[in-house]
Amino acid sequence: MTELRQRVAHEPDAPPEDKESESEAKVDGETASDSESRAESAPLPVSADDTPEVLNRALSNLSSRWKNWWVRGILTLAMIAFFFIIIYLGPMVLMIIVMCVQIKCFHEIITIGYNVYHSYDLPWFRTLSWYFLLCVNYFFYGETVTDYFFTLVQREEPLRILSKYHRFISFTLYLIGFCMFVLSLVKKHYRLQFYMFGWTHVTLLIVVTQSHLVIHNLFEGMIWFIVPISCVICNDIMAYMFGFFFGRTPLIKLSPKKTWEGFIGGFFATVVFGLLLSYVMSGYRCFVCPVEYNNDTNSFTVDCEPSDLFRLQEYNIPGVIQSVIGWKTVRMYPFQIHSIALSTFASLIGPFGGFFASGFKRAFKIKDFANTIPGHGGIMDRFDCQYLMATFVNVYIASFIRGPNPSKLIQQFLTLRPDQQLHIFNTLRSHLIDKGMLTSATEDE
Amino acid sequence: MLELRYRGSCPGPGEAVSPPPREGEAAGGDHETESTSDKETDIDDRYGDLDSRTDSDIPEIPASSDRTPEILKKALSGLSSRWKNWWIRGILTLTMISLFFLIIYMGSFMLMLLVLGIQVKCFHEIITIGYRVYHSYDLPWFRTLSWYFLLCVNYFFYGETVADYFATFVQREEQLQFLIRYHRFISFALYLAGFCMFVLSLVKKHYRLQFYMFAWTHVTLLITVTQSHLVIQNLFEGMIWFLVPISSVICNDITAYLFGFFFGRTPLIKLSPKKTWEGFIGGFFSTVVFGFIAAYVLSKYQYFVCPVEYRSDVNSFVTECEPSELFQLQTYSLPPFLKAVLRQERVSLYPFQIHSIALSTFASLIGPFGGFFASGFKRAFKIKDFANTIPGHGGIMDRFDCQYLMATFVHVYITSFIRGPNPSKVLQQLLVLQPEQQLNIYKTLKTHLIEKGILQPALKV
Repeated sequence: MTELRQRVAHEPDAPPEDKESESEAKVDGETASDSESRAESAPLPVSADDTPEVLNRALSNLSSRWKNWWVRGILTLAMIAFFFIIIYLGPMVLMIIVMCVQIKCFHEIITIGYNVYHSYDLPWFRTLSWYFLLCVNYFFYGETVTDYFFTLVQREEPLRILSKYHRFISFTLYLIGFCMFVLSLVKKHYRLQFYMFGWTHVTLLIVVTQSHLVIHNLFEGMIWFIVPISCVICNDIMAYMFGFFFGRTPLIKLSPKKTWEGFIGGFFATVVFGLLLSYVMSGYRCFVCPVEYNNDTNSFTVDCEPSDLFRLQEYNIPGVIQSVIGWKTVRMYPFQIHSIALSTFASLIGPFGGFFASGFKRAFKIKDFANTIPGHGGIMDRFDCQYLMATFVNVYIASFIRGPNPSKLIQQFLTLRPDQQLHIFNTLRSHLIDKGMLTSATEDE
Repeated sequence: MLELRYRGSCPGPGEAVSPPPREGEAAGGDHETESTSDKETDIDDRYGDLDSRTDSDIPEIPASSDRTPEILKKALSGLSSRWKNWWIRGILTLTMISLFFLIIYMGSFMLMLLVLGIQVKCFHEIITIGYRVYHSYDLPWFRTLSWYFLLCVNYFFYGETVADYFATFVQREEQLQFLIRYHRFISFALYLAGFCMFVLSLVKKHYRLQFYMFAWTHVTLLITVTQSHLVIQNLFEGMIWFLVPISSVICNDITAYLFGFFFGRTPLIKLSPKKTWEGFIGGFFSTVVFGFIAAYVLSKYQYFVCPVEYRSDVNSFVTECEPSELFQLQTYSLPPFLKAVLRQERVSLYPFQIHSIALSTFASLIGPFGGFFASGFKRAFKIKDFANTIPGHGGIMDRFDCQYLMATFVHVYITSFIRGPNPSKVLQQLLVLQPEQQLNIYKTLKTHLIEKGILQPALKV
């Protein structure tokens, strides 16, 4: 068992076959007392130091505490720089990055499940988990592709068939996985297998749906992707800073390092940061326009007439702030008002995602999800506060910003029966006439 | 620890769970031996052991007590035990089938309520099993949270359905309009409140248990609630889309059992030793025939064939329409080998009967996998039946285990092969758009309809 633990600590990315061959002997010989002592023993040892040699040498003369600080700091800057590069490279690369992050998160959580249940050599199980990941991704990507790449899909015959029967094909693929699971049930391991099945499905629910909502937000306009994620990151960093300098009252027993001062300071700092960031970004078309696929150039374009949300408007400042700032009116983008809502959610509810992950780590006695990023832990550790944010932004957009997608509606309309089409057309007509948008006389305008 | 265990083994609030007190001692016995061998006092680790032990180490929960009503017991007191069991099962089967017919007669609204009732009961049964497995009966907040999540998810799904099908009713009431427009946001906010309550309710010694129960609740919701809503969507498509699949699954159950009883020899799968290949294949053929005939009989009546609609004038559900092509008799020329057998050139069929063959095939070939899944689940957690609600049959889940996949399949089948999107939903979404967008769409639609000749340009009515 010590071997297994150390191997997990040292090589999170080692090919799974290595781990399997090592742990096989252990799992086969398992008895009640074995598993007891294993579970009883101390939590997994602190992950080995994964810092690259370069950094190690450069920081070798500093004390251990400052070294840790520097490592974290450098890695933070590296990640932020990486983020900027990806934004520069465009929506396609962003989509690919989101998918990779999703796969890595899935891998991390599933690996924890294996370690918890010592189920590394359950027959078929790893294949099935990755197969289910593939199915669910196929389903979601298919739905997205059908929506956004409509014209491309109609052109190619095989794609058209795939998209027309998309749900049926996805369901069939899932069913195959389900039947394989049932056929793979082995007499002594029923409970384990059901646990891993449940574990896989909950992980898929969390990781895959969130990543697809992120991609939907992205297609709405890169600003809807960048501002929420930046707000969460800013809240993390600001709450940490405020907590470091002013922290006194603990916030919640789950995470003893969080403090009320950090929480509130982070809230205000994030709201201000969100306002500033949206102001800067709303000026650029490439962030503000919905991502569209251009048939002629066969690539993604972000070119459009910015909507009302991204045009400067005059707002009257309420009396109380007028006296403070001394201005009567201010020119803002309406989007900045929405950014206040997004930042507020990121600071107040986002941390609950972090507490959930902390509770999860405590429940399963792990220090970090994995050891991918030196000084920070796994990818999941960085993304735990983002869980709820993506769903919130998606629901926010659907409820308050835009209605349904007009081109999708037209597409659905065209598949209806003629009598249904006529019925809808007449209802729409009377509705528009009621609203005064259309008068009977100017019908053929 | 003793208290926790006893509370876990006491009968729950519902009548479904009735483990006698000795069950607690049996399970407790296991934990007694455990506690003497391990020195750790952390409860989490003990539950960790529960996970990693192989199935043979876990004691069996004793069989639930006999809940047959007194009447039946007296009437059958003269027969031997084996025949008595047969008779009880038979009588209960007939009772359930008649109840089913009665509810069909009473209409779609009652069917919806029935589906909702079954869903809640299934959820209750699975959650209760979770409690017993994890002895987590007095985890703080947990029962409240499970039911709260059930309520949230149901609210979300029913809201989506209501908005689609009751569009006219909803447009009238101002508050309902508000609820519909911001429905997703409200549902999400409700769910979030539950999520935050869960995080705040995490207690130091019970982290792992609480996470397990959280996951257990979510997986249960995923299975029971989504299926039940797909069933209701199928129902609104036309009662025949609800009746034929469910009857096919029930028929497959019964005929596979009968064929297995009389001719069964080769076992089918180790999970369910009573199933045989003879039963499986015999059940397949009889279900296809049954589905074919049931589809023929039901396709004649508008009551079963028409989509369920809500009429605002009469304030009730109506099923009246012009039956679609699927339900109008058509003549098909028989392929040559069937011609020789049946000695007919052509046959009059409803197109729906062809679809019913697909539905019955699924019910017989893949439906049983749902049953095997449930059998594996029962073996994994060492329970004989999900609950004890129906004498002789077990719990509601025992009856519905083969139906799980069927509802999803029928829904996917309908959306892929039968109909396109729901017209009232398209209309509702159109009405929500901005006026300029509506105008643009109007113009596009008009051009399209004129092109297709559906709209005459000369008419300006």
